[in-house]
Amino acid sequence: MYVAAKGGEKAIRNAHKLLAKRRRGNENLPSVTLEQIAAQLTLAVDRVMAEGSLYDTHLAALAIKQARGDLIEAIFLIRAFRTTLPRFGNSRPLDTGDMLVRRRVSATFKDLPGGQLLGPTFDYTHRLLDTSLAVPDEAGEVDDQAGAAAMRADEADPAEKMPRVTDLIGAEGLIEASPADDGEEPFDITRAPVSFPVDRATRLQTLARGDEGYLLALGYSTQRGYARSHPFVGEIRFGDVEVILDVPELGFPVSIGEVQLTECQMVNQFKGSAEQPPQFTRGYGLVFGQCERKAMSMALVERALRWAELGEEPGAPAQDEEFVLSHCDNVQATGFVEHLKLPHYVDFQAELDLVRRMRREASGRTPADEMKEAAE
Amino acid sequence: MTSHHTGEMPAIRYNFAYLDEQTKRMIRRAILKAIAIPGYQVPFAAREMPMPYGWGTGGVQVTAAVLGPHDVLKVIDQGADDTTNAVAIRGFFEKTAGVATTTATAEATIIQTRHRIPETPLGEEQILVYQVPIPEPLRFLEPRETETRQLHALEEYGLMHVKLYEDIARHGHIATTYAYPVEVAGRYVMDPSPIPKFDNPKMDDCPALQLFGAGREKRIYAIPPHTRVRSLDFEDHPFAVQRFAKPCALCAASGVYLDEVILDDRGGRMFVCSDTDYCAGRQAQGHRGEMAAPAAGQALDVMPGLDPGIHGVPPVLPAQGVDGRDKPGHDGVSDRVGGAGGMP
Repeated sequence: MYVAAKGGEKAIRNAHKLLAKRRRGNENLPSVTLEQIAAQLTLAVDRVMAEGSLYDTHLAALAIKQARGDLIEAIFLIRAFRTTLPRFGNSRPLDTGDMLVRRRVSATFKDLPGGQLLGPTFDYTHRLLDTSLAVPDEAGEVDDQAGAAAMRADEADPAEKMPRVTDLIGAEGLIEASPADDGEEPFDITRAPVSFPVDRATRLQTLARGDEGYLLALGYSTQRGYARSHPFVGEIRFGDVEVILDVPELGFPVSIGEVQLTECQMVNQFKGSAEQPPQFTRGYGLVFGQCERKAMSMALVERALRWAELGEEPGAPAQDEEFVLSHCDNVQATGFVEHLKLPHYVDFQAELDLVRRMRREASGRTPADEMKEAAE
Repeated sequence: MTSHHTGEMPAIRYNFAYLDEQTKRMIRRAILKAIAIPGYQVPFAAREMPMPYGWGTGGVQVTAAVLGPHDVLKVIDQGADDTTNAVAIRGFFEKTAGVATTTATAEATIIQTRHRIPETPLGEEQILVYQVPIPEPLRFLEPRETETRQLHALEEYGLMHVKLYEDIARHGHIATTYAYPVEVAGRYVMDPSPIPKFDNPKMDDCPALQLFGAGREKRIYAIPPHTRVRSLDFEDHPFAVQRFAKPCALCAASGVYLDEVILDDRGGRMFVCSDTDYCAGRQAQGHRGEMAAPAAGQALDVMPGLDPGIHGVPPVLPAQGVDGRDKPGHDGVSDRVGGAGGMP
C-alpha cells in the first residue's frame, strides 16, 4: 500500500501550534514580559542585538521570547526583520573615546588616566550557585551612581575623560597608528556581495556580526600556537556612545540616541620589518552591548587575519581569511547545517541506484540475488 | 539598560512579496546580467530572508523579484508539491504576495523548484526558478572562491574533466548521479543544482527561462530560453541518464524519474513518480500502474529497480560515498583534488 507522507500543510500547521504551546510553557505561570527579558537577561539581549546587527533592546527581547531562548534563532528573527528596514542614512563615525564609560580595564598598565573601572562584571566572582536567587530577589542594594563610584579603583573624578589606552601608547609611536579616514564610503556587507580578498572594513563588519562561539574558538586557537601573536588587552571599554546623524535638510548634526558598545583594543607584538621599526600592533573588536568575550575574540582573530600586511608566516586556521570570514555567520551556518533535515530523497535515489550497481559489478550478482538478500 | 519602548507594538507590514522594491531592482539587475552571460554566476547582495539559509532563500529572492500580482506560482521540492518545504514556501508567497498558486505544471507561470525539473515540458511563457545550495560546480574540487573564480575566467575546466576521468578509471563509469555539471552556451561550466542527472537533458534548448538563486552564497545564474546545455562527458563515455526497469506503480508512466518507497521491513518496495502532479494527472486520465488498485499491494516478485546498465566491473568495491547530502557535482569528498590548502 502506498503510504507516502501527504498532507504536509496540515502537519506544518499542527507542528507550529505545538511549538506555540511549548513556547508558552506551563500556563499556570505568568508569561514572561519583554520588559523582564530586556531588564534581566541583558547579556542575552546584547548578544542578539550584536549578531543580529540591529540595536533595539525591545525587538531583541521579543525575538528571545519568540525563540524560546534559542539565541541563534532569535538572531535569525532579528536579521530577517532587519532586511526589510529602509535606510535613512549613515551616522557619523562613533567616537568611543567620548564614551560614557561603564566599565574600562587595561591589562597593560597598572593605572592610567581615567583609572580602571570594573563596572558590572563576572570577573572575580566566585562561580558558586547563588541559591538566594531561587526566589524572587529584592531590588538592588546599590544604586547605579553609588555603585559606579564604589567600583572605581581610585578616587578619580567621575567626569574625568578616559582617553583610549592605545592613544596613550600611540603618542610615543610605540604602537601603530589607526589608519586615517580616507573619506571613502565603507563597503557594506549587508548591501553588497563580499568578494575575496576583502578590505579591513569588510573584515571588521563580518567579524562584528560573527558567531561568538566560533570567534571564541578561533581566538583561543591563536593563543595556543596557531598564529601566535602575543596579545595583551590594551583596553576593554563598555559604555554608552552617542549616535550623531547629519541631516541634510536641517544642515546641522543631530544626536539620534545612544548605543551601548564594547570595544577591545588588543595590543600585539611586532618585530618590525625593513620599512617599519619594531612596534606594537593592534587587533580591534567592537560589538553592540556588553559582549566582552566576543569583542576580545574578535580582536584576536582580526589581528591574526592581518598576517600578510605585517609580513608574518601564514598557515594557521585563524589566518585564513576566506575560511574564517565565510563561516563565521551563524545564521548562514545554522541554515545550511539544518537544511540537511529537508527531504533529499530524489538525490538519495540516484545514489542508491549507483551503489547497488557498484555492488553488483563488484560481486557479479544479479538484481534478484540482491532482492533475496534484502529480504533475509 | 532600560527598554526604549513600552506598551504594545504595532503590527509589522511588509511589501508585496516581502522584499522592498529597491532590493527587487538589485536582484533584477543581477538576473538580467545572468541572462546576458548564460551560466555565469553573478554575485548579488542576497538578503536575509525569513526562512533559513539552505532552505531556498536564493530561489525565494529570485521568485520575489520576478513575481507579479497576476502570476500563478507552483512550488515543488523533490518533484512534489506537498513536501513540507514546498508547502512552506508556497504559503510564504500566498501570505506576502497574495498570488494564485497551483500544483499543475501547465497552469503555472513561475515554478520554484528544489532538486527536480517537472516531467511536463515547459513553455516559453514560464520561468523555472531553482533553489541552489552551492552554485560553484568546482567547489568540491577547489574550496577557494578566489581560485574557482579565476578558473572560470580562464575557462580552465581541466579539474572537472580529470575528476570525471578518474571516475571512469576507478568505476568504469562517471559516478556523479545528481548535480551533474553542464556546459552552458559553449562557455561556462555550471552546476544545475542537485537535480538528478536524469533531468539534465530537459535544460537543453528549453523554451522556458531558467533562473538559479543561491542565497547563502549570494549568486544568481541563468539559462536563457533555447540555450544549448551540454552535460559534460567523453566521446567514448557519452552522458547517459538513469533508466528505470519498470514504469510508475501508480500511473504506469515510463521514461520519468521514480522514487523508491519502502513498504515493509521484508524488502517490499515500490517505485512511483517523483513528480506528483504528473502522476496525479495521468491517474486522472485513467492510467493505472500495477499497484494503483487498493487490492494489489504485496511484496513484488522482482525488484523493479533501476536499469543496471552495462559497465566494466571494478576489481574491488570502490569507496564511494552513499549519502544523500548536497555535494553538487561530485559524489565523494575523497575525490577532491587539491584539498583545503588550495591549488599549488
